[in-house]
Amino acid sequence: MSRLVRDASRRAATPRRRFGDAVFAWIARALAAVAPLLIVGIGWQLVRGSALTRHAFGWRFLSSSAWDPVFSHFGAWPFLFGTLVTTAVALILAVPLSIAVAIFLVEQAPFWLRGPVGYLVELLAAVPSVVYGLWGIFVLAPWLQRNAEPWLAARLGWLPLFRGPAYGVGFLAAGLILAVMIAPYIIGISREVIAAVPRAYRDGAYALAATHWDAIWGVVLPAARTGIWGGVMLGMGRALGETMAVTMVIGNRPAVSASLFAPGYTLASVIANEFTEATTAMYVSALLEIGLVLFAITLLVNIVARVMVWRAERRWGGRAA
Amino acid sequence: MMTPAPAADRRRLRRRHWRSRFMLALTAAATALILAPLFLILYYVAREGAAALTPAFFLQTPRPVGMPGGGMANAIGGTLELLAIAILAGVPLGLIGGIYVAEFRRERFASGVRFAADVLNGTPTIVVGLFIYAVVVVPMRRFSALAGGLALAVIMIPVVLRAAEEVLRGVPKGYRDAALALGASRWRMVAGVVLPSARVGLVSGALLGVARVAGETAPLLFTAFNNSFWSGYIDQPISSLTVQIYDYAISPYASWHAQAWAASLTLIAIIVGIGAAARLTFARRRKGMA
Repeated sequence: MSRLVRDASRRAATPRRRFGDAVFAWIARALAAVAPLLIVGIGWQLVRGSALTRHAFGWRFLSSSAWDPVFSHFGAWPFLFGTLVTTAVALILAVPLSIAVAIFLVEQAPFWLRGPVGYLVELLAAVPSVVYGLWGIFVLAPWLQRNAEPWLAARLGWLPLFRGPAYGVGFLAAGLILAVMIAPYIIGISREVIAAVPRAYRDGAYALAATHWDAIWGVVLPAARTGIWGGVMLGMGRALGETMAVTMVIGNRPAVSASLFAPGYTLASVIANEFTEATTAMYVSALLEIGLVLFAITLLVNIVARVMVWRAERRWGGRAA
Repeated sequence: MMTPAPAADRRRLRRRHWRSRFMLALTAAATALILAPLFLILYYVAREGAAALTPAFFLQTPRPVGMPGGGMANAIGGTLELLAIAILAGVPLGLIGGIYVAEFRRERFASGVRFAADVLNGTPTIVVGLFIYAVVVVPMRRFSALAGGLALAVIMIPVVLRAAEEVLRGVPKGYRDAALALGASRWRMVAGVVLPSARVGLVSGALLGVARVAGETAPLLFTAFNNSFWSGYIDQPISSLTVQIYDYAISPYASWHAQAWAASLTLIAIIVGIGAAARLTFARRRKGMA
């Protein structure tokens, strides 16, 4: 609203109206405070609930590989390892592809195709996690076991990553599914920030005899870099916390393994699988501490991601997210 | 005055143009590659799901393995009940949060709320499940539809908040000025002019939030839990399509697998339907404003 009208309105306000507006403002503030309060509440509940194991194991909880509910020895390392490996696999696969798709949608695709392809990309994000998991169990994992993993082992078997028996379910299956699931988030943000790069930048590049690709690679992508990294971080946050699809295809074995073919476990999956079975107070506390670790990591990643996306927005005055 | 480029320069230029074309073709290939899994998933869900979609699937409750028939009527009903609870709790909070962030955007706290909503939106849903377990399930001493619905509401709030903010920002400045110039107080302006003119967009934002949580499984595992029977009670465990898909998918029985596919097809149809409704209402709004 324009300053003139606002000031005039304020001067004209009677005490009663001023009171009404103050009540409205405070109700709105109080109810809007639910979002920040939820974040504080989640953190607090997890800290409180994990007191037993935090005091019993301290920081060793993160580095220990013990997971023995019977004797109450708990360590999160195999789960942390699984989360980090599956996320890394997902990012390595999804980031270049997603940026390429964003370039295609902004720079290359004929106009009639942009809407439908954009819709299909959004549909990737709308498919429920548990349906990805169902497909992973019955289609992807058997295919990996029979075809893809033996093929990889035969050609890249000199790398420890692609050695060992082909289980089908494991780090590779989880990473592949995650790559597909996080791609729409990276594409969405990248697409916005690439589209927000001013026309003049491209024109400048063309004036220097750049080809279309030269302009994209040399000018547009560097200008959109901050926003794209923000999108990548957002995708990373999704991959770290994704639960159902991963739980269904990772094999659920708390083991640290160099091979991507091997079954593993992640922070989110162990909570999903074992929380309702946790009978002792220590066991519940260990799972809540795993939740705390997961929450802390994703909180950090999301904060960094948002700051990056916001900086990109402010730079071009667009609204990317 | 131009001098003709030497042959070597011309060759280099041609090579650069070919490279440009090649790289851009690669981006098209990447798009095809990313969409391939989507088509594969939709194909399998349609093929396997359609084969298992029988009237019994929609009309009966689960039966033990080996008994013919059995369906997911209670899971469909449970999902709808959970969504209703989530809408009742999540939409008003998200909406008012969005109104606050849009109408008081100059306040420092407004950017804080927006930031918190974005962070909450990225919080793993299984962690939200743990939170609701601690604050609802433990005090009530049982899994319940209420706990499940509240978990979904927590996930829905930031989605609705941000969508509402976007829609409200789109309301023309002149509307607000006109209302204030007529002597309306601030809240009269919001309630009487801004909200009604943004009504359709707000509905579509709420639908987006519903579509986002309709496919959630992880936050329900230890809040709503599951139930093999019909239950409308808000303080009792309740079944949902997603948890039922998970339970059946990891079971060893082919007949349960078939039902999991059928449930997936039903679920995707519900989510795409809600999304289409959101799109249609939004398209109507745009046409109305043009």
